[in-house]
Amino acid sequence: MELLTILMASGFWIAVLRIATPLIFGTIGELISERSGVLNLGIEGIMTMGSMIGWLYVYQGGNIWMGILAAAGSGALFGLLHAILTVHLGLSQHVTGIGITMLACSLSYFIFRMVLPQVTTPPKIKAMAAWAIPGLSSIPVIGKIFFTASPLTYLAIVISAVLIFLLLKTPLGLAVRMVGENPKGAEAQGINVLAVRTGAVMVGSALMAVGGAFLTLSAFDAFYIDMTNGRGWICIALVVFSSWRPGKALLGAILFAVFDALQMRVQQQTGTFIPYQVYLMLPYILSITALIIMSRKAAYPSALLVPYRRGER
Amino acid sequence: MRLEPREHSSIFLNLGAPVFAVLAGLAVCSIMVWLAGAPAGKALVLIFRGALGSKFAISETLTRTTPLIFCGLAAAVAFRAKLWNIGAEGQLYMGAVAATLVGTGLVDFPGYLLIPLVFAAGALAGGILLLGPALLKTKLKVDEVVTTLLLNFIVLLFVNWLVFGPWKDPMALGWPQARPILDAAILGKLIPRTRLHSGLLISLAIAVIVWAFMRFTRWGLETRAVGANVRAARFSGIPVNRTIVRTALISGGLAGMAGVCELTGVRDYLTLDLSPGFGYTGIVVAMLAGLHPLGVILASFFISVIYIGADSMTRQLGITRYIADVNTAVCLLTMLTTMLLTRYRIRLK
Repeated sequence: MELLTILMASGFWIAVLRIATPLIFGTIGELISERSGVLNLGIEGIMTMGSMIGWLYVYQGGNIWMGILAAAGSGALFGLLHAILTVHLGLSQHVTGIGITMLACSLSYFIFRMVLPQVTTPPKIKAMAAWAIPGLSSIPVIGKIFFTASPLTYLAIVISAVLIFLLLKTPLGLAVRMVGENPKGAEAQGINVLAVRTGAVMVGSALMAVGGAFLTLSAFDAFYIDMTNGRGWICIALVVFSSWRPGKALLGAILFAVFDALQMRVQQQTGTFIPYQVYLMLPYILSITALIIMSRKAAYPSALLVPYRRGER
Repeated sequence: MRLEPREHSSIFLNLGAPVFAVLAGLAVCSIMVWLAGAPAGKALVLIFRGALGSKFAISETLTRTTPLIFCGLAAAVAFRAKLWNIGAEGQLYMGAVAATLVGTGLVDFPGYLLIPLVFAAGALAGGILLLGPALLKTKLKVDEVVTTLLLNFIVLLFVNWLVFGPWKDPMALGWPQARPILDAAILGKLIPRTRLHSGLLISLAIAVIVWAFMRFTRWGLETRAVGANVRAARFSGIPVNRTIVRTALISGGLAGMAGVCELTGVRDYLTLDLSPGFGYTGIVVAMLAGLHPLGVILASFFISVIYIGADSMTRQLGITRYIADVNTAVCLLTMLTTMLLTRYRIRLK
């Protein structure tokens, strides 16, 4: 059974974690934003900006973790811009998000090209090394797969767990969910709707940018034009697929990565029988399929896309 | 800070909004040029000279205006109905694919038949591509933004397969491009020895038709009503879902025609670099135009000036041409904000 051989190979699961990490950051980031009632279509651009800023910081000689922090900061800034426009001014979340993506992408490319005008091959940095967790990594098979990954992969899982706890079990998380479901009610409870939404969008955007930074600082070691390649849009589809449940979103991102890694292995084994473009299409087709499957069950936050203006009915 | 609805929205404000957005875009652009260490004032002069300074420059600017008019109309029509079609890029390529299918020898018609046929095929292909997301939106409430965006990637890979695979022109010295379309389908040049082709006239005519359609026909009224207030439209007996699907076919068709126009007017053959993101730029055009079909003509021209001018300016000053993309993005976000200010005033309190 060939499928079994693929699934048993440790290289396969290492690839799964590598594919899943940026998706986990992006999906959890988008989910937090949407649970507060704000769709953030800036995700694609914010991930690109994060990958560029993180790479640039390290390329200029900075520490790799500070690079990730810088990326998060850039994400939070664009999140703030998105929040000012959609939360405070109540502009269309769709068009603003697309505008943020355009702005963040073009700014990333502009800065990248201004720093490095005349290079044909993108200069490389020393990417983050895999980190073997002492003890656990020496467990046969499993240790090599799950406990010898990029530190950012662990971070993705730890941060998601913390944020899921915060969102579902704490008063702060309750406030976030409340402004996304019933902003008027939240206001009556003394919650500052605009502030909570702004915070949620900024935190979510910072996470997206870290997901982008994973691409340049861990998965690859250079920045390329178009390197985000639709990952942001896939994250948005994953949020819908999860029915806005953070635990399911985490699982969804990993499941998606399993499929993606699987199609790459199948592609290698079938050779040129099926054109390679078909395999490259699969992630996007899979995302659309996921949207269709979950459409009937979609329990989206009631106030998603609805701007809140105090005192307006 | 709070927003207070205005009782009257003056014509001065409505016309001032795009002007302010354009100025804001240029201002941010200048700051970035200055940060990059180049003279900002000279850059502005070079942009306008590069886009409008000679007969050739103007012809290039108008050549670039043509696909932007089509894509701007595609976005304007769809956004009027609050159908967020972000897939014009994919629809453009599907239009070009259909035009290649029909125009490279499938039928051997004279030009006056072949050109309309090629345009019809392209429009149909673009419309059908948007039909899927529109049906998913109306039947299953699947958000069309994500589906249209994802379809862009799928269509580009499909074209990639075509030009590297079955459609690859053996005469093209190994370049990934399809066979050239028949001479009969190629649009005539408006000015000899430039790239400016009669597609510009077609796009202008289509803009007027779209304006008249939206303004004077029942279908146009229904489109605007659905966008203005879905609930009210439904209560007044407008078939909302049918209107959305119809709008999708029109919008996708317009974007498809942009692809046909580039193919039959500029390129002659299908390649992967047929469009440098016209579909996405069309969104900016539509917003700058305040979703008005005739405004789209002006907005397309302005955006085209920026792109052609920036191409020439960046070559001379050694700045990257991504500055033009930054400019359009800033224009979009500023326009959104200023449009709000035509309807609300800000009270600081």
